[in-house]
Amino acid sequence: MSISKISSELFHKLVGLAALELTAAEGAYLLTEMNHQLSSVNALLQVPLEEGIQPTLHGIQCLGAGPRADAWQPFPTPGEILAGAPETEDGMFAVPDVKGAK
Amino acid sequence: MSLNQLSALEVAARVRAGELSAREALEASLAQIHAVDGQQGSLEQKPLDPSEEQKVHAFIRLTEDLARQQADEIDRKLSAGEDPGMLAGVPVSIKDIFTLQGIETTAASRILWNFKPPYTATSVQKLIDAGALILGKVNLDEFTFGSSSESSAFKPAPNNPWDPSRVPGGSSGGSTASVAAEEVALSLGTDTGGSIRQPAAFCGVVGVKPTYGRVSRYGLMAFSSSLDCPGPIARNVSDAALMLQVIAGNDSKDSTSSVVPTSNYLDALKEGVKGLRVGLSPDYTHLFYPDFETGELAMESIQKEISDSVQHAASVLADLGAEIVENVPLPNAKYGIPTYFVVSRVEAASNLHRFDGVKYGYRTPVEVDDLQDLIRRTRAEGFGSEVKLRILMGMYLSSEGYAANYYQRALKVRAMIRRDFDCAFDPHGEHRLDVILTPTTATTSFKRNDVFGNTVRMQYSDQMTVSANHAGLPAVSVPGGLDADNLPIGIQFIGPDFREDLILRAGYAYEQATLDEAWRSVRPAVLRQEVAK
Repeated sequence: MSISKISSELFHKLVGLAALELTAAEGAYLLTEMNHQLSSVNALLQVPLEEGIQPTLHGIQCLGAGPRADAWQPFPTPGEILAGAPETEDGMFAVPDVKGAK
Repeated sequence: MSLNQLSALEVAARVRAGELSAREALEASLAQIHAVDGQQGSLEQKPLDPSEEQKVHAFIRLTEDLARQQADEIDRKLSAGEDPGMLAGVPVSIKDIFTLQGIETTAASRILWNFKPPYTATSVQKLIDAGALILGKVNLDEFTFGSSSESSAFKPAPNNPWDPSRVPGGSSGGSTASVAAEEVALSLGTDTGGSIRQPAAFCGVVGVKPTYGRVSRYGLMAFSSSLDCPGPIARNVSDAALMLQVIAGNDSKDSTSSVVPTSNYLDALKEGVKGLRVGLSPDYTHLFYPDFETGELAMESIQKEISDSVQHAASVLADLGAEIVENVPLPNAKYGIPTYFVVSRVEAASNLHRFDGVKYGYRTPVEVDDLQDLIRRTRAEGFGSEVKLRILMGMYLSSEGYAANYYQRALKVRAMIRRDFDCAFDPHGEHRLDVILTPTTATTSFKRNDVFGNTVRMQYSDQMTVSANHAGLPAVSVPGGLDADNLPIGIQFIGPDFREDLILRAGYAYEQATLDEAWRSVRPAVLRQEVAK
């Protein structure tokens, strides 16, 4: 497998997808660090994977009771949630218009 | 001995016996915080008085009123003949990544500077129910992303009480600093790749990363959901066992919380190590760094004083009757950091999408064109550079065209890391270990700003700790000596699933057998300064 680097073009695409904005200096620093981190990550490409090894999501086998029942449970104090929002209107979160939405 | 030097067990025993009021314990703790902590972490970039350079700066926010109410309730219960709980009157700090209803919970990030959660984390509630006094929220790396606590948006970042020009480690640096500086007896931290154990080693305290699922994650702001573990930080192993006893257990609010019964961790300490099989691995004696050009791994030995401390601990345990098993192969441990770069970043990117300036926290004050503009500007202003880096890296590594090479492959290497430990602990295998003894870190604490900004070098300071997270295993760091600069050294015990009792037994036996060693009488620099005043 080839050792890849993140191009400036791909980096700027990722910044848009991540809903971020960066100054030029911040962008240059982050791209450099991403490629340095990728050098470390690329070591994984050299690992001889054991035959039949299955990916693991937690390392340990999760021994929990599993997800809760998919049942609606009202939050006792919804006003506390709304009180923490930057802007509300008629008991709902308020946001600016979505461009192009009717 | 001052009240602040008492262990949590001693404080609780005295309070429960009526020899000390919870209010007295609280006021002593607050006095120590006011003496050594200095200016609390803040978003305002205030100029620091030079004297502040010698302070600890563990706290972002003190919760004195809450703690006084809790102390008065403990004292009332005692007067009424009611049981005040196992942690009656014990001062505790909370890493500011756990929710506490009605109290600002920031994750050390501007994007949550004013967030008051409407609910309390399960582990915090258990501490409160057991009679602990919550003194405040302590600083950390922003969203726990770091190993020095320097990435916090709340400045000044914490200093190391042993040498305030150095970092306390991270991300639970405020927690370990507050315990080492005797501001509190216990602190609640989190460990995703070593964030309890590495700062515990740097600050000369005990830090436990429990088995994944042993302590509920409900109310912990998620970084990497498959790796995050809340855990105790204390000044000795008994206190760590006591705190784990309180916070461990199943929680229906966390689907990955385990239903495996908890042990009696305090009783287990007394069982000693006679007959325990303690493993040493040649794969925990070096760091493996990437060459940025070739991607090949370069090798670097760990600090000699640290490897000497591990060997000394092995000989102490052997004298106590443990069987030392050398040359235990853990060959995939060297891939722990590359694997962590992938798994943790992918999960972090997913978890951080929720911060958008709509539902809670910071919203840009700038006039915006539309909703997308609002979200972009809010995230640009609200997140620090390390957070943006992790989001971008996670999105890259999980994107179409790269995920098979990186994410899927990392999950397989993670399984191989786990398999190494399964072989080492297999009761019918070649090594049949009860615990593995390793260094906690490759170096002692580094100077502020020496590593910060070099994100690869910073991440590699977790190489000795991260494999236990990948495998989900319990591990503890205990103080193992001081280096030539009087900086603490940490040694680590890793155990099988849900065998916190074993790692605590090993740590306790080592601690008790070395109580008279000269290095244990040396105190952190900030406490020596207090005596000199």
